[in-house]
Amino acid sequence: MTLASGIRRKGNRSRFERVAIVDRFDIPLLIAVTALLAIGILLVYAATRDWFASFGGDPEYYLKRHALNIVIGLLLAFGTTLIDYRLLRAYTPILWAISVLGLIAVLIPGIGATVNGARAWIALPGGLQIQPAELAKIAIIVGIAMILAEKHDGYEEPQAIDVLQALAVAAIPVLLIVVQPDLGTTVIIGASVVTMIAVSGAQLRWSVGLLGLAGIGAFVAIKLGVVADYQLNRLQSFVDPTADPQSTGYQLRQARITIGSGGLFGKGLFNGPQTSGRFVPEQQTDFIFTVAGEEFGFVGCAIIVALYALLLWRAFIIARRANDLFGRLVGLGVTAWFGFQIFENIGMTLGLAPMTGVPLPLLSYGGSSMFATLIGVGLLLNIRARS
Amino acid sequence: MGDRSRYATIFLQILLFSLMAALLGRLFYLQVAATEKYQDAALEIQSRNVVTPATRGMILDSGGKPLALNRVGLVITADRSILDKEPDRGVAALKETAKALKMSYEEVFGKTRLCGEKVDPSLTGGARCWNGSRYQPIPVSVDASEEIALAIVEHAERYPGVNASPQGFRYYPGTEGVNGAHLLGYVGPVSENELAASTSKKYYLNEYVGKAGLEKVYDADLRGAPGVKTIVVDRKESVTSTLKETKAIPGNHLVTSIDAKLQAVVERELVAAITRARAGVVDKKGPRKADSGAAVVMDVKTGRILAIASYPNYNPNIWERGITAKQARDLFSTKTGVPALSRALQGTFAPASAFKVVSVAAAAKAGYDLNGKYDCPAEFQVGNRTFRNYESKGAGRITLEQGIAISCDTLWYEIAYNEWLKDGGLRPNKERNDYFYNAAAGFNLGKRTGIDLPSESAGRLADRQWRSQWHDRNKDFYCNYEKRAKKSQLTPYLIAIAKENCVDGGKIRAGDAVNFAIGQGDTTMTPLQMAQIYAAIANGGTMWKPTVGRAIITPTGELVREIAPEKAGTLPVSKKTMAFLKRSLRAVITSGTAQWRFAGMPIAVSGKTGTGEVYGKNPDGSNKDTTSWFASYAPSDAPRYAVVMMISQGGTGSGTSGPSIRRIYEAIFGVQGQKIVTEQAIFPSAPPSQIPRRPKVDQP
Repeated sequence: MTLASGIRRKGNRSRFERVAIVDRFDIPLLIAVTALLAIGILLVYAATRDWFASFGGDPEYYLKRHALNIVIGLLLAFGTTLIDYRLLRAYTPILWAISVLGLIAVLIPGIGATVNGARAWIALPGGLQIQPAELAKIAIIVGIAMILAEKHDGYEEPQAIDVLQALAVAAIPVLLIVVQPDLGTTVIIGASVVTMIAVSGAQLRWSVGLLGLAGIGAFVAIKLGVVADYQLNRLQSFVDPTADPQSTGYQLRQARITIGSGGLFGKGLFNGPQTSGRFVPEQQTDFIFTVAGEEFGFVGCAIIVALYALLLWRAFIIARRANDLFGRLVGLGVTAWFGFQIFENIGMTLGLAPMTGVPLPLLSYGGSSMFATLIGVGLLLNIRARS
Repeated sequence: MGDRSRYATIFLQILLFSLMAALLGRLFYLQVAATEKYQDAALEIQSRNVVTPATRGMILDSGGKPLALNRVGLVITADRSILDKEPDRGVAALKETAKALKMSYEEVFGKTRLCGEKVDPSLTGGARCWNGSRYQPIPVSVDASEEIALAIVEHAERYPGVNASPQGFRYYPGTEGVNGAHLLGYVGPVSENELAASTSKKYYLNEYVGKAGLEKVYDADLRGAPGVKTIVVDRKESVTSTLKETKAIPGNHLVTSIDAKLQAVVERELVAAITRARAGVVDKKGPRKADSGAAVVMDVKTGRILAIASYPNYNPNIWERGITAKQARDLFSTKTGVPALSRALQGTFAPASAFKVVSVAAAAKAGYDLNGKYDCPAEFQVGNRTFRNYESKGAGRITLEQGIAISCDTLWYEIAYNEWLKDGGLRPNKERNDYFYNAAAGFNLGKRTGIDLPSESAGRLADRQWRSQWHDRNKDFYCNYEKRAKKSQLTPYLIAIAKENCVDGGKIRAGDAVNFAIGQGDTTMTPLQMAQIYAAIANGGTMWKPTVGRAIITPTGELVREIAPEKAGTLPVSKKTMAFLKRSLRAVITSGTAQWRFAGMPIAVSGKTGTGEVYGKNPDGSNKDTTSWFASYAPSDAPRYAVVMMISQGGTGSGTSGPSIRRIYEAIFGVQGQKIVTEQAIFPSAPPSQIPRRPKVDQP
């Protein structure tokens, strides 16, 4: 970035600030997000309607809560757009500290709740639960972007000390997430961190080295038995779906059958027998895509994937047009996070990726994930509005 | 933006869009290319079949009288899909049911558990689990009284999920006193193996299928198609919807050529012959073991079986409500004589003199003058062994016809020995005549008749090929006989035979050749094969494939298909030889071995007796008794029926079987004393040619 361009942009900013922030939102991105949220509402309803009705519950129970989560998430996203993203730097340490405290809290018995083998939740009164790891994603992305974007001694590119600082910022929450253990979130955060270091312009050896380290770490962890048995099973059933027919293999097989049985056009909304029979576990959260697969078929699924691609494409453009390295890094960090998580989740249901319990951004039921994702969207809109 | 940064961004862009493309590709494979496979898999996961069995068709005799039918019992069933939805999961209902049926609650509880459901065995009272589906009402009791059934139906509120309904059971009514266990077979629940192998037959779990006899062979006709309701369930097995429902189609009736009355007579006469032999009243030799026997009556013009019986038999209704372990053991126990075995088509015995019709055909082919005279000495020397006539009697120089009538063996020894020498003796010629083996093969020895009953034996044609194969299998034993044999088998005679078998047991020796000619040695036949041959002689040379099934008719009386007689071969016998055979077989009855048993019989019967030597010992150490054979047909000038009887360890052919053969003919033709009373005849003119269209059942 040249000095001249910096001056020009500075001059432009005052003009933009006179215009309402909403007018500067990225319309295609908004369309993609809105469409996915709308589809998500239908899918969550389809996934839970018959289930709750079958034991006399309110069939709209999940629908209502999901809608409420979206409303809160949209407010958070809007809130995120109000403050100039550059000023967000000031809040980042606080956000980071809250995330780390939350991640420590989940490990304390009595506060943390165990779901599906992972201590990832803090139980709140009124049956609410929050997942600090989701918040940590934002804290880490913004925190790393902040450190890597600092200029030292006139170097354009981040130096070793910057990278090490960035890694330290990421390492503390990531280690706490590993302890839970939440393998999926760890992998997604790890991939986003490596991506951000790579695109920051740091020496290539850092990103390559980190990838190598991740490989060795995984190998050692499996050998030392640090990885829980169920996680190994999940990996094994990815390699050989018949290895564990009772649990993980069963889930993956059911997921694949459910999606495959949808055919070209699907069975129609609310008409999927696999879905209404709840043959796929966790079908309103991690396996929400199976509902789309069965009821909307290939056409519907392709539209969903296309909407995600549109979202990622706009995110790239926003990051590229960002005013500064910080904005670009936040934008690309969020892009990598979304991209890897989308692939990990859908890939898992299709048998392309191992089973890790991560929700599908914007579609899955679940407050923490929805809030974090929409705050991420808010960050993208913020960067776009101020470039 | 530095280069590194730009390249990394481009790389990330390519990576993420490639990942999205990979997702699309995989989606296309799962949902478009391979969707059929996954749709099938999904349907299999979601659907359950509830099977309503079809009413099984009846088995009828040639006049429409039922040999197998369905009796209705009142069945108390428990429906798990309803019981499990009760607040107490059906405990109260099952307790009430147990009380009403005077059963223990544990037993009722156990019977209504699905096999595979995890239940503490101490809670089930040892009752057998249900191997059907959860949606099928599970029978708790199959013979409830009407009173209890009514009580349960009327107080539905007390017995939720419990119901009483009439259900059909296979029942063999014993029409005219028929047993018919081997002929009819039985039905039982489809086995795991049958289910696994049922890709084309489409069996359903818990369906009843034919397991033996006619029930097995004609199962596809009798079974009909069960009604199937396919329901869609969720992961908790609650029903969400009904996919399709087909009504049960009742099975068709099988009309057989069996005549119930005649079948009963034949079964009785078979027992009479056995009793006669055991009583020891037939000759000076006293009581015989008479461990088993069989009798067959065949229509010589079509090969249709009019009656077929085997002894020992068993009550066909023991299968009706589940056979007990002891009953099952007894069926296959040698102590009880293996009643499960049908001697008529599974029992193989040396045919003895009844085989001589084959020898006649062989001799005629070899150029021996059928009208010439032959020596019938008391014994015949072959090498260092002496072969004797039965009871060591000589008859001087006699015609071949007389030789058949009085069953002279020695004249056959000479002919067979000469032919054996001509064929090269122990060093067989490359070009051989093998008249005897070829004739036997032409009479279908060693070949199944192809009757429409399961598990038929082929018997054995002990020709050169068989002999050499036998030697390959056994020479090791005979060459080390003194080391390998049991102590009791180490008699000088058996050691000598073993030595012979070791050296040239693979070749036809002179002794084998002469024994073959009189139906002794290693050649064996089933009574059914014997009936096929004698029916062929009677009809002028056509060997029919024996059939029991006559036609398949629908419950509404329409003919589905007729089971037509099929030719199985033609006897390799010239017209002249055939005429000679007929003359000789008649002479057996008028002036030969069976004359004393047929004095004053107003129907002309032809036939041949046989008394087969059997080597070996009974379990109690006694020597095995001779096999009694009687193969016959009548009327001699216009034959219609062939009757064969065989009694294992029964004594002589005429002595033991003769009177029973005569009674069977008397019943067929209505003979009273020396007169024919047509009204008393089972077949006044011929076996019925009309196919009955309705079962003759007295409706209650």
